[in-house]
Amino acid sequence: MYSDKVMDHFTNPRNVGEIENASGVGTVGNARCGDIMRIYLDIDENRIIRDVKFKTFGCGAAIATSSMATELIKGKTIDEALEITNKTVMEALDGLPPVKIHCSLLAEEAIHAALWDYATKNNIEIKGLVKPKSDIHEDEE
Amino acid sequence: MIYLDNAATTKVKKEVLDEMLPYFMDNFYNPSSIYSSSRSVNKMVEEARSVIANSINAEKDEIYFTSGGSESDNWAIKGIALSRKNKGKHIITSKIEHHAVLETCKLLEKEGYEITYLNVDKDGLISLDELEKSIREDTILVSIMTANNEIGTIEPIKEIGEICKKHNVLFHTDAVQAYGVVDIDVNNMNIDLLSTSAHKINGPKGIGFLYVRKGVMISPLINGGSQERGKRAGTTNSASIIGFKKAVELKFNGRLENNKYIESLRDHLIDRVLSEIPYSRLNGSKDSRLPNNANFSFEFIEGEGMLLKLDSKGICASSGSACTSGSLDPSHVLLAIGLPHEIAHGSLRLTMSEDNTLEEIDYVVDTLKEIISDLRSMSPLYEDFVNKKKESVINV
Repeated sequence: MYSDKVMDHFTNPRNVGEIENASGVGTVGNARCGDIMRIYLDIDENRIIRDVKFKTFGCGAAIATSSMATELIKGKTIDEALEITNKTVMEALDGLPPVKIHCSLLAEEAIHAALWDYATKNNIEIKGLVKPKSDIHEDEE
Repeated sequence: MIYLDNAATTKVKKEVLDEMLPYFMDNFYNPSSIYSSSRSVNKMVEEARSVIANSINAEKDEIYFTSGGSESDNWAIKGIALSRKNKGKHIITSKIEHHAVLETCKLLEKEGYEITYLNVDKDGLISLDELEKSIREDTILVSIMTANNEIGTIEPIKEIGEICKKHNVLFHTDAVQAYGVVDIDVNNMNIDLLSTSAHKINGPKGIGFLYVRKGVMISPLINGGSQERGKRAGTTNSASIIGFKKAVELKFNGRLENNKYIESLRDHLIDRVLSEIPYSRLNGSKDSRLPNNANFSFEFIEGEGMLLKLDSKGICASSGSACTSGSLDPSHVLLAIGLPHEIAHGSLRLTMSEDNTLEEIDYVVDTLKEIISDLRSMSPLYEDFVNKKKESVINV
C-alpha cells in the first residue's frame, strides 16, 4: 500500500533526533489519534534553517512524512520552508494512501509550529505564518 | 518467513487439499441433481455434515453450511431478529464482538431493535451478573463470542448458556476462533446457534457453518433454492465442505497435544516479552485464554511501524492500531478492556500454530526488542518520558 519512497523514508528515516538549544521546537498531533510529531529547528542569523531534526510517534506514513518534510526544509530559508505544504510532502513521497493523508498535514503543521515557536522566542513576526491550530494535547477521555 | 497470524487465517493442509481436488473435475456434479454421479457427491457432503455435527455434539440436521464466519454471524442475528420480531426487539451482545456481529447489531438498531452492549472487565470477560440483569421480557437473543479474536479471552460460555436457558432466551456464540481448540458441546453448554469458519483450522476459505438447534425457527438470510433444507440457498459448495470435513478430522485428532505444544510456545513468548521488554503488557486474560494467542501493548510506540519492521525481518503479525484498520480509532476490543488510546495504538497480536518452533519464537522476541528500542528512540513520547515530562501509564 505504500510507495517505495515511503518505505525508504520509513526504513531509513533522515534527521531523526533532537537539537539542543534549538531555535524553535514544535509538537503537533495527539496520542488519541496515534500521531505525534515534533520538529526541532536550528535557524541562523540569515533566517536559514541550518539543521532540522524530528521525533515521531505514529505509523509508517507519519514517520516517512516527518523524514521527507525535514529533508525538504533543510538548508532553506524560513520563507521557502513556509511554502512547503502537505501536498509538496506527499508528492515528494510519490503519494500516500487516502487514509494517511492526515499524516502529511501533520508534517506541515509541525514545521509551522516550530517556526511559530522560533518567532515567539525571538519576538519577530514571520509573514504568512499563523498560530498553529493544533499543538500537542494528550488529554484522554 | 515466520507466520504468526493464524488468527487471521491458516494454511490449508495438504491432506485437506488432496481431499478436495477430485470434487472440482472428476466429481464436479451438483449434489442436488438426480443422477447417480450427483448422488455420490451428495453422500459425501452428508457424511461431512455428520462428522462436523459430531465435533460439537450436535445432530446432522442442525448443521447449515454457509460461506464462513461473517455470513453465519449475520444470519444468526438477522435471522432470529426477523423470526422473533413479534416476541421482542431486544438483543444482548458484548462490546468486544467481531465486527460481523457488531455491525449487524448496528444495522438492526436502525431498524428499531434495541441492543445492549455488555461491558467487559480488564481481562475481556463479560459479567454474568450484568448479563442476567440485562435480560428483559422482550429479549430475543444473546450473542456472546466463545473466544475473542484479538486478545484470545475465552468467555464463560457454559454459564452464559445456563442463564439464557433459565430465562428462555436464545443463545448464539461466534466460535470462529474457538472451534477446534476449545471444547464445545452445544447441549451441555445450552448453545442454540453457533458460527464457525473452516479457514481458521487449516480448511479452505469461503466455507463455514451455522449450527441451529432443532426447533429454533430462523428466517433465511439467503433466499432461493431448497439447499440446506430450505434455509440457505445456493449451490452446495461440495469441494469446500469435503475439505472442511478433513480439516475438522485433522484438527480434532491430536488436539490436546497440539494445544499443549502451542501453549508452551505462547507462554515462552509471553514470559520473555514481559521480562525483557520494559513498559510492555499482556492484553487479555492470563488464564482463560486461547492457546495460540498473545497480544501485547508497548508503550510510547505505534503498532503499524512495528508490523512493517517485523515484516522486513520476515515476521507476519497483526496489530490493533488505528493505522492498520483505516480509521483513527484503535481497536474497540483494547478500548473496551480499558486501555488508554495511546497504549491501544501500540499493540501487537501474535497467533501461533503447531508449525511454529521455539527457535522461531526466540528469533521473534530478539527482533522485537531491537524494533521497539529503535521506534522508541524516535518517539517524542519516549523522549518526554526519559526527560521526566511524562509518566508511564501502561500498567496503571
